Formats: sequence, structure tokens, C-alpha cells
Amino acid sequence: MNDATIFGLCAAVLVGLGVYGLIVNPQPLRKILAFNVVGSGVFLLLGAIARRGAGAGFGGDPVPQALLITGIVVAFSATALAVALLLRLHDATGSVTLSSDAPPPPAPAADVDAA
Amino acid sequence: MIAADASVALLIVALGAWVVVARATFAAVTGFLAYGLLLTLVWVRLHGVDVALTEAAIGGGLTGALLIGAAARLRNTEAAARAERPGRLVRAVAALAALAVTAALAVCVLTLPVPAPSLAREVAANLAATEVGNPITGVLLAFRSMDTLLEAIVLLFALIGVWSVAPDGVWGGRPGPQHRLDPDGILAYIARVLPPIGIIVGMYVFWVGADHPGGKFQGATIIAAMWLLTVMAGLTDMPPISRRWLRIGLVAGPLAFIAIGLYGAVAAGAFLAYPAGFAKPLIVVIELALMPSLALVLALMLAGAPQRSDLR
Repeated sequence: MNDATIFGLCAAVLVGLGVYGLIVNPQPLRKILAFNVVGSGVFLLLGAIARRGAGAGFGGDPVPQALLITGIVVAFSATALAVALLLRLHDATGSVTLSSDAPPPPAPAADVDAA
Repeated sequence: MIAADASVALLIVALGAWVVVARATFAAVTGFLAYGLLLTLVWVRLHGVDVALTEAAIGGGLTGALLIGAAARLRNTEAAARAERPGRLVRAVAALAALAVTAALAVCVLTLPVPAPSLAREVAANLAATEVGNPITGVLLAFRSMDTLLEAIVLLFALIGVWSVAPDGVWGGRPGPQHRLDPDGILAYIARVLPPIGIIVGMYVFWVGADHPGGKFQGATIIAAMWLLTVMAGLTDMPPISRRWLRIGLVAGPLAFIAIGLYGAVAAGAFLAYPAGFAKPLIVVIELALMPSLALVLALMLAGAPQRSDLR
């Protein structure tokens, strides 16, 4: 049992937790949070694999580590886009429900761009 | 050290569970911030100091700030959402699905090939040709520079996506609410004292990235945070997104990157190849050009879609 195995197993649990939250939480913001937990679990798994590739004087394989940096930045941009869509949904309808059989919320009067 | 690693892993799993099951969204987001900080520790343990810096700055810091802002704005939807909580059957199926995913991944972790495949030796053998000392920077800007170029462009596309959800009436306007300046407040004080220090730290993290952990993403995030701090304190305001200098600043970095890539196609025979002996100066030029664009794009992404029309 070395550090790569411990954090690899930790990553597996995190991905599972995120998948559970993604399905069970009805609020979109909570789904975004759960999706970020899945993402960090995947990153951690890749990090553990990078650690196993240590060699040539490096503590971890630098190629997957560099890919991780790219991945973290792209995950942030995807999260920002999702949050922007969600806030727009909230501004336009006054609610953030994803349920298809919820009653339609009353149209807010102040929404200037409804047309 | 195994005991320490295992306890950090357990703590992270507990925080991850808190993020997923906490009743109040605000509590979950706060848990996510702590979770990001602990992950930073794990990256240090896994010998990925560059990744740790990125996780602290972007994965935990910027994402956390973004989610806290969203949670605060969506607070009044909380009660309605609670009524939508799925029934026991859905929860049981979700738990089964989660267990299956975890079990499959755990089996993969325990049966990874020995010896582990690694490109560390190839990186070490070729790093001298790039003249940078930090292998991560070497990978990001020489061996896999196409990834970094595409990443910079993905950030731009994501920002266009964020902007395009703006209502028609405020298109081209200023993102975020107008913050009122409290001249004697602690926030205004911090926003005056911290940015000079923060900008130097950001530049240092950027510059040192050639030979030690650090780099343009981490440095750009620190500088973006300093800018956002002055905006939140009301000392400055977000510029309207229709400003020409802003648009030019956003695309200047990726355009410089592409131009150097094309120069490589002419001078070294392949797109993004560097002529022998010019690798280090070209990498420095790319990083210098990319950093202001990255700071702009990260700050604007956090500020969100335009909310106020620019009639003044």
C-alpha cells in the first residue's frame, strides 16, 4: 500500500460520491458541485497514476501532471459556463427547477428581453 | 507516512460526502472550499507541486468563489428545490450506480500495470533542448504545446458562452453588480494594500515557472484575483465587455501563440516547433503574451454575464 494506491482508492470513492450527488440532488447548483467532485476524483486518479510513473529524478510523470493543469483550468471554464446558464435561468424564470412537470412559474414583469 | 496519507484521504472523502449530502447549498459550497484546500495538500504529497498551485488557485479558489457567488444569488430557490428531492427508489438506484463506479475504479487502481508506464525518462532526456528547468513547463510549452494553445482557446470560447447568456438589453455592458465603495471599510483597505503585493507575487509565480513550480496560469489567477478584489471593494468597476482594448487583450495572447506556431512551421518545419537555440526565448514570449490574456479571461469568467447596460 503506497501513497499512489491510497489516493487512487480515495479518487475512486470521490467519483462514486459525485455520481450519487449528481443523480440525487434536484438543485442544478448542487449538480454542478457534484460534477466538480467527480472531476476532482478523476484528476486525483490521474495524479495517482502520474505518481506511479515517477522516475528519471522526477517525483511523478510530468506529462500527466501537465495534462492535469490543463484539465483543472478547463473544468473551471466549464463550471463558469454552467453557472452563467443557471443564473440566467433564474433571472428569466425566477426558479431553477429542472423538473418537467413542475407548474410554470409566473413570468417576471421586469424581464426586458422576453421578446 | 502511510497513516498520514490515509487520514488525509479519509478526511477528503468525508468532505466530499458533506459536499454531496449537506442540506444547505451554502454549507455544501463552504465544504467544497475546504475540500479544495485539502486536495492541494494531496497534490504536494503526490509530488505535483505545479498541480497543487493550480488546484489552490483555480480548482479551489476561483471555482469556490464562483460557486459561493452563485449560491448567494440562488438562496431563495432553496426551499422549492427541497420539495423535489427524489424518492427512496431513485436514491437506492443512484447509490448502486455510485457503488458500481467506485468498485470498477478501485479494481482498476489495484490492478494497474507494474512497472507503471511513464514518459518521465523521455521528458528528462529532451528537457535540455527546451532550455527550461521545470519539466511541467517543458511539457506545457514544448512537448504538448498544442494542448496549451487549445486550452487558451477553450477559455475564450467559454467566456463567449458566458457573455452570450446576457439579456439583449445589456449586451456589451458591465458584468456583475455595481459595488458600493465604503471608504473606511476593511475591504477597501485590503483592496488598497494587497494588490501591489499580490501583483508581485503573481509575477514571481509566473517568472519562476520556467525552472521551478509555478507558471502563467497560477500567476494569472493571482493577478486576476487582485483585480477582482479592487472591483468587489468598489474601488474600480468592471469594464463594459464591448470595450475594444478588452477584446484585443483577450485575444492577443492566443494570437501571439498561433503566430509563433506558424513561425515554427516556416523556420523549424512543423507547427509549434521551435528552431534550435530559440526554444527558451520563444517560450518566454508566449508566456509573456499569454499571461495578461489569461488574467483577463479568468477574471471576466468569474464576473459572469453582463448585467448593466453601458449608457454612461
